[in-house]
Amino acid sequence: MAPPPAPPQKSPSPSQPSGKSEVSDLKLQLRQLAGSRAPGADDSKRDLFKRVISYMTVGIDVSAAFSEMVMCSATSDIVLKKMCYLYVGNYARCHPDLALLTINFLQKDCHDEDPMIRGLALRSLCSLRVPNLVEYLVAPLGAGLKDGSSYVRMVAAVGVLKLYHISAATCLDSDFPAVLKSLMLTDPDAQVVANCLFVLQEIWNLEANKSEEASRERETLLSKKIVYYILNRIKEFNEWAQCLVLELVAKYIPSDTDDIFDIMNLLEDRLQHANGAVVLATIKVFLHLTMSMTDVHQQVYERIKAPLLTLVGSGSSEQSYAVLSHLHLLVMRAPMLFSSDYKHFYCQFSDPSYVKKLKLEMLTAIANESNTYEIVTELCEYAGNVDVPIARESIRAVGKIALQQYDVNAIVDRLLQFLEMEKDYVTAETLVLVKDLLRKYPQWSHDCIAVVGNISSKNVQEPKAKAALIWMLGEYSQDMPDAPYILESLIENWDEENAAEVRLHLLTAAMKCFFKRPPETQKALGAALAAGLADSHQDVHDRALFYYRLLQYDVSVAERVVNPPKQAVSVFADTQSSEIKDRIFDEFNSLSVVYQKPSYMFTDKEHREPFEFSEEIGNLSLGQEPVGNSPRYDESDKDLLLSTSEREENGGPSTNGPAASGYSAPTDYNSSLVSLSSQTQSETAISDPGMPKYTSQMTLAIDDLLGLSVSAAPAPPSLKLNPKAALDPGTFQRKWGQLAVSISQDCSVSPQGIAALTTPQALIRHMQANSIQCIASGGQSPNFKFFFFAQKLDGPPLFFLVECIVNTSSAKAQVKIKADDATASEAFFGLFQSALSKFGVL
Amino acid sequence: MIAQFFVLSQRGDNIVFRDYRGEVSKGSAEIFFRKVKFWKEDEEEEAPPVFNVDGVNYIHVKIAGLFFVTTTRVNVSPSLVLELLQRIARVTKDYLGVLNEDSLRKNFVLVYELLDEVIDFGYPQTTSTEVLKSYVFNEPIVIDSTRVPPLGPASMFMQGTKKMPGTAVTKSVIVTEPGGRKREEIFVDIIEKISVTFSSSGYILTSEIDGTIQMKSYLTGSPEIRLALNEDLSIGRNSSSVYDYRSSAGGAVILDDCNFHESVRLDSFDVDRTLSLIPPDGEFAAMNYRMTQEFKPPFRVSALIEEAGQLKAEAIIKIRADFAASVTANTIIVQMPVPTYTARISFELESGAVGQTADFKEGAKRLEWCLKKIVGGSEHTLCAKLTFSQESHGNIAREAGPINMNFTIPMYNASKLQVRYLHIAKKSPSYNPYRWVRYVTQSNSYVARL
Repeated sequence: MAPPPAPPQKSPSPSQPSGKSEVSDLKLQLRQLAGSRAPGADDSKRDLFKRVISYMTVGIDVSAAFSEMVMCSATSDIVLKKMCYLYVGNYARCHPDLALLTINFLQKDCHDEDPMIRGLALRSLCSLRVPNLVEYLVAPLGAGLKDGSSYVRMVAAVGVLKLYHISAATCLDSDFPAVLKSLMLTDPDAQVVANCLFVLQEIWNLEANKSEEASRERETLLSKKIVYYILNRIKEFNEWAQCLVLELVAKYIPSDTDDIFDIMNLLEDRLQHANGAVVLATIKVFLHLTMSMTDVHQQVYERIKAPLLTLVGSGSSEQSYAVLSHLHLLVMRAPMLFSSDYKHFYCQFSDPSYVKKLKLEMLTAIANESNTYEIVTELCEYAGNVDVPIARESIRAVGKIALQQYDVNAIVDRLLQFLEMEKDYVTAETLVLVKDLLRKYPQWSHDCIAVVGNISSKNVQEPKAKAALIWMLGEYSQDMPDAPYILESLIENWDEENAAEVRLHLLTAAMKCFFKRPPETQKALGAALAAGLADSHQDVHDRALFYYRLLQYDVSVAERVVNPPKQAVSVFADTQSSEIKDRIFDEFNSLSVVYQKPSYMFTDKEHREPFEFSEEIGNLSLGQEPVGNSPRYDESDKDLLLSTSEREENGGPSTNGPAASGYSAPTDYNSSLVSLSSQTQSETAISDPGMPKYTSQMTLAIDDLLGLSVSAAPAPPSLKLNPKAALDPGTFQRKWGQLAVSISQDCSVSPQGIAALTTPQALIRHMQANSIQCIASGGQSPNFKFFFFAQKLDGPPLFFLVECIVNTSSAKAQVKIKADDATASEAFFGLFQSALSKFGVL
Repeated sequence: MIAQFFVLSQRGDNIVFRDYRGEVSKGSAEIFFRKVKFWKEDEEEEAPPVFNVDGVNYIHVKIAGLFFVTTTRVNVSPSLVLELLQRIARVTKDYLGVLNEDSLRKNFVLVYELLDEVIDFGYPQTTSTEVLKSYVFNEPIVIDSTRVPPLGPASMFMQGTKKMPGTAVTKSVIVTEPGGRKREEIFVDIIEKISVTFSSSGYILTSEIDGTIQMKSYLTGSPEIRLALNEDLSIGRNSSSVYDYRSSAGGAVILDDCNFHESVRLDSFDVDRTLSLIPPDGEFAAMNYRMTQEFKPPFRVSALIEEAGQLKAEAIIKIRADFAASVTANTIIVQMPVPTYTARISFELESGAVGQTADFKEGAKRLEWCLKKIVGGSEHTLCAKLTFSQESHGNIAREAGPINMNFTIPMYNASKLQVRYLHIAKKSPSYNPYRWVRYVTQSNSYVARL
């Protein structure tokens, strides 16, 4: 129990004894009392024991009194016994030899006629944590599990887990798990059942990667029989046990939709529980069960909104923070569904800053055409707030909203008003935002520059803001009469500028300004380059040198390199990849949500669930888009590591490879995938057995891609795409998050295609010609990633969303399609493939 | 699961420390305390309730000036742990009557006993005071509660209203009275936290009530009780029309949503709005509710700040109590941040003001106006003259405010939710336990913008 080095002998305050002499004094007194039967001896013992334990609590090592404590423990006074057990449990591990002394009396107490004493003794016996004493545990544990008192059985069940942690072999050899399993299914006491359940869960989770049998056992816990048995008793469990049971149910894979609705109806009233932990555990079940049913999933969101908001309002600020973090996650996933609830996310005076921060992020996310005005007005109120970090955060929020809206008119005005407030931190934040805004909406430059030009660079101190101002000076030097002179004065103070970021920007801005107004800037540029070359910061030095040589080589080339015509940025990169977000969503109702990080980022390996996503995979930059929204589809994912971990987490029925589960379809799919990508001529049936009619056509399409029969590529005549389809990134993101993958396929790209794919733009233009629009792209050779979308020409506006990862070195493309109307996705895939196959060929 | 549980005093001393799984080093309490004390991450000044240091998750709540902390290496449900911490505190309070550093120190052995039963090997077992009673043998050493400064929402009844047995709420559920017999009684408190934001023109921007029906039962023999609420109470509003302030005809109470303690049975709730339950021992929230329906805010606040010559400004704050004269609000604090370059403020309280003070908190750059009492229907004004150390640039109103107000109003509730009756099943004809139904409204966030 204690850490390897004994706790340091410290005296934190004068009132606390320093240790040594007091301990020996205590020892002496204990020894005197040990054999005493005198009246009142128990009372004096109690006082002494209390002192011992109070020393123990403050971290003084009182293990020296071990034998005296044991000697005194022969008593019928239950309070004394308990104190003694506590003491023994604390020191036994570092004094195994002394611990042996206690075995005797603990074993004797295990046969006491009072069930309370039996339970306490058994609990203490199992808590000794001394490996060479395990032989003494087996018999009392076995008896405890069969005890007539539910209290003793309850303690014994947990005792099995304690034994497992001291010696797994002893625990398994004694066949305790089997006993627990039968106890779990038969015991009349709900707490005994609950304890058996979590003990078995923990044991099998830890054993699962060691033995086949254990992983089978672990899946049995998630079988319909056990899950239903436990669900039917759910109201007998206390609230904590309910949380545990619900956590298990969230991993259960339902057999059909009736199954899903039965469970949801049964648990519906749990959403009205006053305990937030029960409500969140229930919500997790609901969300996970309905993952593949878009409509119902959305209904669940609507249903859980009110209970979550109530929980945020009741309870302590800590409790509401935990709930709010989950609400935050849901809002980020489906901002549209919360757009009318924005007032709930207004900051309250009494909110701690960590709560305010979450609320600001939520307000930013749910701002849309209908509520932007109100939200921005509210945010502007916070900008003058006395709480400076929150004021800053609010300004950033206004900026973010401006970046995601079409009508930024009013917002830009307000941002510019911020500059007039003349508070340095407000100015600083606003400058950074105005810079970002200009990168997205260059058409606003006129209004912004007029205001920005009035800001004295002396009032801007923060590096980020200074860099932003300098960027604008360089970029818009033609519109700002003073630009060269401001830059010049900044360059004069080069040595006082501490932030390398600012110096880098100065170099670039001086260059840009020089290209536009050479005579006025020449001197400043010269000074900047000289200062840069002498700079001790490597990056600054290198950039200065690079610019210098470029200019020496050819000024016009330099201009093309440093100041090429820019395209407006359409979407700023999201800081968190969607795979990470999906991973966090899978870990709903856990710390991952609060930290906004998946668990592999903050837990040690040994404390993870055995098959949790490994960080190595998680960190692959161009990883596979997890099909995370729908665990069952993950089974079909080409990336076995990812899909396995995912599946295991969701308690999939098998460890590796195909298995006899209710979800046989994806397994077929999996094999077909492998064969398609490895043996190109494969005739294997494709994906969903529900649509076998597309099979032959698919195969043709694949052949086609390989250039075997280009002309024969038969696009299904039924599907025509709208050449002018439009979709904004926000909607795309939302749809991508909500829809399930309907097709996931690997295909090959022709060598001509590979050759043409020097930049992503080549493919984007090509696909555009085929009525398939690109919404985002990225990557560098050999990996390129694209997100495309297309819209059906006739009928209601149905969209197809595509994620396409092309690896030019292996000449492979990985395509994932999500569709509003999944039945049309095969046809669309045909179109997409035929378009892809023509890339580079024409 | 949970590796350790400990309670730290404000100075960081361990009051109790229980290691359940031996997975986290014993130095964790010190690491935790240092981290919380010197929190400076993400620009925030306050440590969040959940954070991670070197793979160890520290989850804590602050109650009565003490830190209740757990550590774990596992990715647990934060709600579960935070609820559990609150519940441990509540059970301890049920036992000790009063929860503070002194009472905990005096009873730490009892707390260890409780902790042994509440959590086993990191898994929560039970937090029911009733169940725990049979496992816990230490007698609580009750500290003199009259010397204890009042804590928690229920303690507000100790001021003002003389009818209330002031010490009752700080009485241990376990200890029998000196007379040997326990007094049979039950407390039902309707506690409402209200949040209102007024725009600069006095218009209500947002308003919300978060309410709790909190019970504390000292009844023996587990009698069933029935608690009847307003008959016209309705729950659930069309979620699309949240915040439409249509005035509810006939004064029907419409709650947005509510939840219930697990002991509450709702068999006849849909018919006659009655909750029936066998109250467990100790304190618990029988029902929590939330309301965004329009309600009459208890106070109207208006404020004005204007320049009054060079380096000078004048602020006038007016409060009107919009409730019946029979009701009195107490411990009212009105705060207004002033421009950072404010050097001095002189105040003019209204003539004949009693129990009022006004103060310039220079460090926080804020003026603070405290009123001991406000009687319903009355109006109070504060006039403050500000002197600046430098010239203001432009709009002072943007540099000052918003005004925030804290108050407590006993025997008043803004939602109009009422307990129509509280019926206790009779064990014998002479059985007539004391029943106390009390209302109180507290400000949560009561803000008026300038």
